[in-house]
Amino acid sequence: MRRLINRRPDVAIGFGLMLLPFVAVIIAYMVASDARLSVNPNDKLLPGWSTIAAAIERMAFLPDQRTGTYLLLEDTISSLTRLGIGVAVATVIGGIFGILQGLIPYFRSTFNAFTSVLSMIPPLAVLPILFIVFGLGELAKVVLVAVGIAPFIIRDLALRTEEIPHEEIIKAQTLGASTWQIIVRIVVPQMLPRLIDGVRLSLGAAWLFLIAAEAIASDSGLGYRIFLMRRYLAMDVILPYVAWITFLAFALDLALRLFQRVAFRWMYRGN
Amino acid sequence: MKRFSALLLSSMLLSTAAQAQDSFKVCWSIYAGWMPWAYGAESGIVKKWADKYDINIELVQFNDYIEGINQFTAGAYDGVMATNMDALAIPSAGGVDSTILLICDYSDGNDVIILKGKDKLEDIKGQKVNLVELSVSHYTLARGLESVGMSEKDVTVVNTSDADMIAAYATPDVTAMVTWNPMAAEILQQEGAYNVFDSTKLPGEIQDSLVVNTQTLKDNPAFAKAMTGIWYETMALMSGDDEAAKEAKTAMGVASGTDLEGYEAQLAATEMFYKPEDYIKFTEGNLGELTTFVTSFLFDHGLLGQAATSPGYIGIELADGTIVGDENNVLLRYTTEYAKMAAEGKL
Repeated sequence: MRRLINRRPDVAIGFGLMLLPFVAVIIAYMVASDARLSVNPNDKLLPGWSTIAAAIERMAFLPDQRTGTYLLLEDTISSLTRLGIGVAVATVIGGIFGILQGLIPYFRSTFNAFTSVLSMIPPLAVLPILFIVFGLGELAKVVLVAVGIAPFIIRDLALRTEEIPHEEIIKAQTLGASTWQIIVRIVVPQMLPRLIDGVRLSLGAAWLFLIAAEAIASDSGLGYRIFLMRRYLAMDVILPYVAWITFLAFALDLALRLFQRVAFRWMYRGN
Repeated sequence: MKRFSALLLSSMLLSTAAQAQDSFKVCWSIYAGWMPWAYGAESGIVKKWADKYDINIELVQFNDYIEGINQFTAGAYDGVMATNMDALAIPSAGGVDSTILLICDYSDGNDVIILKGKDKLEDIKGQKVNLVELSVSHYTLARGLESVGMSEKDVTVVNTSDADMIAAYATPDVTAMVTWNPMAAEILQQEGAYNVFDSTKLPGEIQDSLVVNTQTLKDNPAFAKAMTGIWYETMALMSGDDEAAKEAKTAMGVASGTDLEGYEAQLAATEMFYKPEDYIKFTEGNLGELTTFVTSFLFDHGLLGQAATSPGYIGIELADGTIVGDENNVLLRYTTEYAKMAAEGKL
């Protein structure tokens, strides 16, 4: 049937269509940037490619004049360390609480309402409390990331745990499995790949919290640099940083997906 | 897409291609020396002067001071309340020729270096210092360290949002801080907080000004006249001893989140230019020398742009026409033309 929903682009056209919106954005940028630069050659809002290239060279490939370090590298390492620890902590907490909350009625009665309420609190609004409890150093930033995404991971995993067919749990019990054995042999193996899904979905929020934390008090990091540069409208530095963060986020997501494919091959059997 | 980019373009170009216009937008943010603008808008003084010159003036409050300056630089606003330092580092360094139409005040104690448990500036050595990096706080720190023979190498600067200064001070690992009023006053009330250096030692260096686009100013003298008129009328109103002055200052205090008493405490650390003569006299002093302190700080921190080869890379035209720095790259100007009209009652 030649209905629109049945017509598919071939590989080449599909690839071209994929590029189209990106190219359109780049062209729109170039037109607007040219227009502004022709009025004011020093315009900082939409810098030209050569200015951006010079900024990339300065930030990524030349040691900083004041400190002698490579700023982009240093910022990337600090940010990824904070993000990594924060997400890891949230994953462990989310994994444990999510499974227990999904499986054990007493645990659910105790914590279900609490985590639901907790996940509704905007962490950025209670930042001063986090500062006073955890200080202004690295700990507070890691905690903000962890606190920001853990409730989501817990709730997501609890729901997935509840979705495990009840027959499986009954069957294990008729075979004499204890609660501990059911958790370790039935629930955890099925939930680990779901946990990775949950982490993947919360990565965007994790970046948001990381950058917010770095904007508030910091001496290095990708978010720190962006907010510092914003003070004098250095879009030539900010735009490459945004592209770099986007790339890192994309790469992390891809890495988790590949890990899931390799580590939990059974999930992909049959399709 | 084409239409979209054309739309985007026209909206962006609209404000940069300045011509005679009858509607003007000026942005301001909360600060002791700028609250009179808010009062002027609220009490009808702004409308009165705008009507007199048959134009529209809209004063827009920005919660984020820097965002206001960025918007001005991008061309979305015709004027902005900014310090001379930020005017130089953002619009001027961004190629936008800007004019200081009038200086509202200079910081006379509003910017403070605070140490926890230590009472001498020398004790700051080796400490982590929380401040808004590249702001006037950073400048105050650099000048303070200079005054005791130290430099920024002797401390570690930690960029901290101004909104979180008071909470930050309450944490045990924060021991040194540079911030401004009203946060500084609040922090100094706590036990063990010492004011070890403040801007009373830097008279006239941190000027809080009304900065306008030079081209807009040239094309629209009425805008400059109206703004000048608004300012000095409000100043005359608030500097008196009568009930009206009290009422105006109370309103300004409330609008900035405090009360009459709190606002007067802030004014005490602010040298207001109540009369046009105050501003004119100030520009006839050592203004040229004062600007070189600011330009060398900006140059040291790479804030004059990557192309800058010396602190004088951006030329600054003083009110009498003399130029400090590069004559071929004048991007910041002081003018007393309109203040003089105000002084002579010709507005």
